Amino acid sequence: MARLTFTRIWAIGRKEFMHLRRDRLTGGMVAGIPLMLTLLFGYAINNDVRHLRAAVVDEASTSASRALVQDAVATQVLDVVASARSARELERMIATNVISVGIYIPPDFEQHRARRSPPYAQVFVDDSDPIVLSAVRGLTTLGATDGRGEQSMMALRPLYNPERRSVVFIVPGLCGVILTLTMVLFTAIAIVRERERGNLELLITTPISSLELMIGKIIPYVLIGYVQISLIMLLGVTLFDVPVRGSWWDFYAGAGIFVLSTLTLGLLISTAAQTQFQAFQMTFMSFLPQMLLSGFMFPFEGMPRPAQWLAELFPLTHFLRIVRGVVLRDASLVMMRDDIWPLAVIFLVLISLATLRFRKRLD
Amino acid sequence: MSAIAIHTEHLTRRFGAVTAVDDLSLDVPAGTIHGFLGPNGCGKSTTIRMLCGLLRPTAGSARVLDVDVQSDPEALKRRIGYMTQKFSLYDDLSVLENLTFMAEVHSLPRATRQQRIMRQLTRFGLARRTAQLAGTLSGGQRQRLALAAVSLHAPDLLFLDEPTSAVDPQSRREFWDFLFELVDEGHTILVTTHFMDEAERCHGLTILDHGRLVASGEPRALLEALPATVLEVSSPVARRVHDLLAADPAVIDMAQLGTRLHVLVRPDVPAAEQHVSARLLEAAVEAQVRQVSPNLEDVFVMATRGS
Repeated sequence: MARLTFTRIWAIGRKEFMHLRRDRLTGGMVAGIPLMLTLLFGYAINNDVRHLRAAVVDEASTSASRALVQDAVATQVLDVVASARSARELERMIATNVISVGIYIPPDFEQHRARRSPPYAQVFVDDSDPIVLSAVRGLTTLGATDGRGEQSMMALRPLYNPERRSVVFIVPGLCGVILTLTMVLFTAIAIVRERERGNLELLITTPISSLELMIGKIIPYVLIGYVQISLIMLLGVTLFDVPVRGSWWDFYAGAGIFVLSTLTLGLLISTAAQTQFQAFQMTFMSFLPQMLLSGFMFPFEGMPRPAQWLAELFPLTHFLRIVRGVVLRDASLVMMRDDIWPLAVIFLVLISLATLRFRKRLD
Repeated sequence: MSAIAIHTEHLTRRFGAVTAVDDLSLDVPAGTIHGFLGPNGCGKSTTIRMLCGLLRPTAGSARVLDVDVQSDPEALKRRIGYMTQKFSLYDDLSVLENLTFMAEVHSLPRATRQQRIMRQLTRFGLARRTAQLAGTLSGGQRQRLALAAVSLHAPDLLFLDEPTSAVDPQSRREFWDFLFELVDEGHTILVTTHFMDEAERCHGLTILDHGRLVASGEPRALLEALPATVLEVSSPVARRVHDLLAADPAVIDMAQLGTRLHVLVRPDVPAAEQHVSARLLEAAVEAQVRQVSPNLEDVFVMATRGS
C-alpha cells in the first residue's frame, strides 16, 4: 500500500467541511437532530408512569381501607377520576378506556386482614401496556406494609437515581443513539454522493489512495460528533439536571472511539450503496436493531441470549454501557475497558473492510 | 519517454453480452492531439476509462506512457489528467477551492502550489472568478475550470471526453487554443468530439463504430482515401432531388443543406457528375451538379455506415 500523505488526507477532510458549510440541510442536521431528540426524549417520552386514571370501589369502607386508597393516591401513580359501584363496573370502565386502573376493596377486607390471609384487595389493571402493569405492580406492595407493623423484609436503597427520573438514564444514552443515527448517515452518503454527482470518476483518476480517502472522509465528522454530544450533554445538564459523576475526559475519550466506529460503519455502507437513497435505507436498517437491542429502549438483561449476542456486535451497545458507567456511576474508562476494546475492534474491522471494498475502478 | 504515448493491442471490453470496445489496436504519438470520433455509445468513453486504469480490459493490452495499464494503474495516475464527460469538480466549491483541492490531492509541493494555481487561473481566464462557486459558472467557464484542474499537475497525457459538447462556438475556439498551447508544452492529448471542425484540427483521428476501429489516420489522409465521389447538387426543389437520388443505387448517402444537397456517390461509378445530371434531366428536375472536395463529415459517414 502506498504511503499515507497528510496533504491528501487533509485535502479530503477540508473539502468535506466546505460541503457541510454550504449544505444547509446537512448543517442543520448537525444541531437539529440532537436538539430535537433530546427535547423530545427529555420532556415527552417518559417511562415514569404517573397519573394513571383510576376508579375505586370500596365496599369495606373502614378506616384501614380508606388509608389504603389514600396511600395509593399519594404515590401519584394514580389519579382517581371516576367513581364506580362494583367490580364489574370497574372492568367495563377499563374496557372502554375511561380508566386504566381500578381498585376493588371487598366487604370482607377487615376479616382478611384479621386472619392475615392476603390478598385483602384487588387492583384491576389495563395491562395491555406492560409498562403500566409494572408501575401498578408497585402498588400491590402497599397493602403489605400498611399499619400493624407488617414490614417488608428488604428495604430498597437507590444509589444513582433516587427520584427515579428516567431522563437521567435516557440523556446519556441519547448521545449514543443520536450519534448512531447522524454519524452513520453522514458518512454513508459521503462517498455515494461523489459517485452520484460524478466526482468520483475524477477522484479515482488521481493518486489518492483508498485509505487516505477513508480517513479524510472521517475526520470532519469526528469533530461534528463531538459538537453533537456536547450539545446533548449541555441540554441534559441544564434542562434536565442530569448529574455527571465521572470525568469529562473519560466521557469524551470514550465517545471518540465510539464515534470512529460508527463513522466507519457509515463508510462501509457508502462503499456498498449505489445511490444516496440506498445509503439511507441501509442506514436505517442498521439503526433500528441497534436502537431496539442495545439496551436503550429495553433492558439488556431482559433480552433472550441470541439477541444479547447479536447486540454485542453493535457499537451502540458498548457505548451505552460506557456512557452510563462514566456519567451516572462515576466509572473510569479503565473500569469500562471490556466495552472499550470491542469498539476499537469494530473500528479496525470496519475501516479495513471499507478500504478493501472501495476500489479505484469503475468495474 | 518514447515517441508513442498510447499503444493498445487488441484492446477489448465486454459488459455482459455487449462488446463496448472490440479488438482495438491503436498508436498515439506523443506531443499530438488525437481525436476520437464515433456515434454515441461507440466505446469512446470506455476506451478512455481503460486507458486511465479505471476499467479492466476483458482482453488485449494497453501501454500508456510506457506503463502497463493493467499492472500498475496507480503509477499512471500521477502522470495523466482525465476530464470526464460530465463536469466532475465540486459544484459547491469555489473556483479556487476546487483547484486547491486538486493541487493537494496531487501532492504538488507546497512551494509551487500557489504559483501553479495562479498560473492556471490567469491562463484559463478565471482569475477574476476565484471566489465564484463552480456550479454557478457558465458552460464555457466550467470547461475551462475543468481543463485547468486536470492539467494543474502538468500531466504528460490528457484525456478529454467530449470537453466542448455543451459550449458555444466562441468558447470552443478558445478551448482549442488552450489545447494547442498544452501540446506546444509537450503534453499529449486524446480528445473525443462530435464536431467535425474540431476533428479537422487534430493531428490524428480514430473513428470508432460499435467498439471497432473503422478508420484511423491524419485528417488529410482520411479525406484523400475517402472511398466515394462527393457532389453538390443545387436545386430549388432539393427535396424532390433527394427523393429521386435516394432510389439510385450509385448514391451512398445524402445530406441536405438548405437548397443544396451533399451527395456521396460510389467510387466505382465512372463520371459521377454526368451520371447524376443525366438522372435528374430524365426526371425533368432543374438542378446544377458539381464535384466538390470531401470533408470529414463524409469520412465519418462513410466509416460508420457499415452498421
